[in-house]
Amino acid sequence: MDLISESGSAILTSFGLTLRLAVFSGIFSLLLGVVLATFRVSPVPVLRWIGAAVVYTFRNTPLTLVMFFTLFGLSYQLGFSFDKDLLYRNNFWLAVLALSVYTSTFVCEVLRAGINTVPLGQAEAARAIGLTFTQNLRLVVLPQALRSVINPLASVLIAMTKNTTVAVTIGVTTATMVNEASGQMKSLMERNSDQILLIFIIFAVGFMILTLPIGFIAGWAAKRFAVIR
Amino acid sequence: MVLDHVDKHYGDLHVLQDINLEIKRGEVVVVIGPSGSGKSTLCRTINRLETIDSGTITLDGKELPAEGKGLAKLRAEVGMVFQSFNLFAHKTILQNVTLGPMKVRKLKKAEAEAEAKKLLDRVGVGAQAAKYPAQLSGGQQQRVAIARALAMKPQVMLFDEPTSALDPEMVKEVLDVMVSLAKEGMTMIVVTHEMGFARVAADRVVFMADGQIVESNTPSEFFDNPQSERAKDFLGKILKH
Repeated sequence: MDLISESGSAILTSFGLTLRLAVFSGIFSLLLGVVLATFRVSPVPVLRWIGAAVVYTFRNTPLTLVMFFTLFGLSYQLGFSFDKDLLYRNNFWLAVLALSVYTSTFVCEVLRAGINTVPLGQAEAARAIGLTFTQNLRLVVLPQALRSVINPLASVLIAMTKNTTVAVTIGVTTATMVNEASGQMKSLMERNSDQILLIFIIFAVGFMILTLPIGFIAGWAAKRFAVIR
Repeated sequence: MVLDHVDKHYGDLHVLQDINLEIKRGEVVVVIGPSGSGKSTLCRTINRLETIDSGTITLDGKELPAEGKGLAKLRAEVGMVFQSFNLFAHKTILQNVTLGPMKVRKLKKAEAEAEAKKLLDRVGVGAQAAKYPAQLSGGQQQRVAIARALAMKPQVMLFDEPTSALDPEMVKEVLDVMVSLAKEGMTMIVVTHEMGFARVAADRVVFMADGQIVESNTPSEFFDNPQSERAKDFLGKILKH
């Protein structure tokens, strides 16, 4: 139990960082996913093309590649930076950017499947009372589409939470140089090679504590907000 | 409302052929005809749920805008009732009726709700205001759909086979509402197979077959003394039983 007393607070801190990555990326990927889905069903061809291009590009590239690109391409090569002075802060937001864009393409496609479950007649009825395209989407189609895809969306968010571990590739740390969970696990194993199994278990359980509630809440919400047909 | 030389194709199928139709304010026009004659399509082109290939459709002397805000504005002036009701499944009955007035007409919530309750009472479903569409019978849902369209205070009401998806015993409650609307002077275009309604409420019957208007006459003239072979054949088939 030396491990816990020595490194317990560092482990907690690392999961705190992982949680922050997941929460921010979750929020932005949902928002961006809605925007992308709107583009993809828009009556304006240019918007549909943009939506499709973003989805095809980022859904089909490995997250590690996207993550590297934000640091080496966007930040080093193109000079874009969230924070010029604090490297750890810049890297954190670059990781959030990569995770958000990457995950939003999955959110978009799940939403599009949800849009297809809303009977076409309701969208026609909404047009018939004079709602514009965006009002129709916002007030009639998306609220129902969202409710029908709560569970698949939860799967996307769970995958995203686990994908925060890819942030280790661009060295995302806290101000006190604690890595996010997977980086922390790696350095703990290097220092405590006699307790590798225990470390594995601690981190696996840690991730389950983060992800299990997503599934439970989604299961409850899907029932609570189900549209009666 | 004037339709002038309206044409529409679905691929090779010429669904609307040179349609000319004028509907005066307060007039009730019933469109009948065999399945696939283009009568539903005609109804849907009037608020541009279907586009047309050529010709013009004008309301109050103004031509239908092709898209965008202008089109949305026009649709608010044209009420539409569908065969399959199409109520918003995630909203209560009351919210179904207040959505348009609040979002399109920018009415205050209290105002829209008071108005909606009056309309729901008028079509006889006031007691169901807090329920969701799926909890109502088909006939009740269709009456809510009529109230939803009326809430926009439209100049014209379009009915696209409003009783075709209903159980026989629910047809009357919907037709009753429509007859009373007609008596109050609402301008109505009704696509239906209900010949009884046509006789009672219509000022004019338009008979369509194969994408064309074959005959247009008063109900009594049309039913008792049809001019074309096509109409005679159609009436012979449906009135025998």
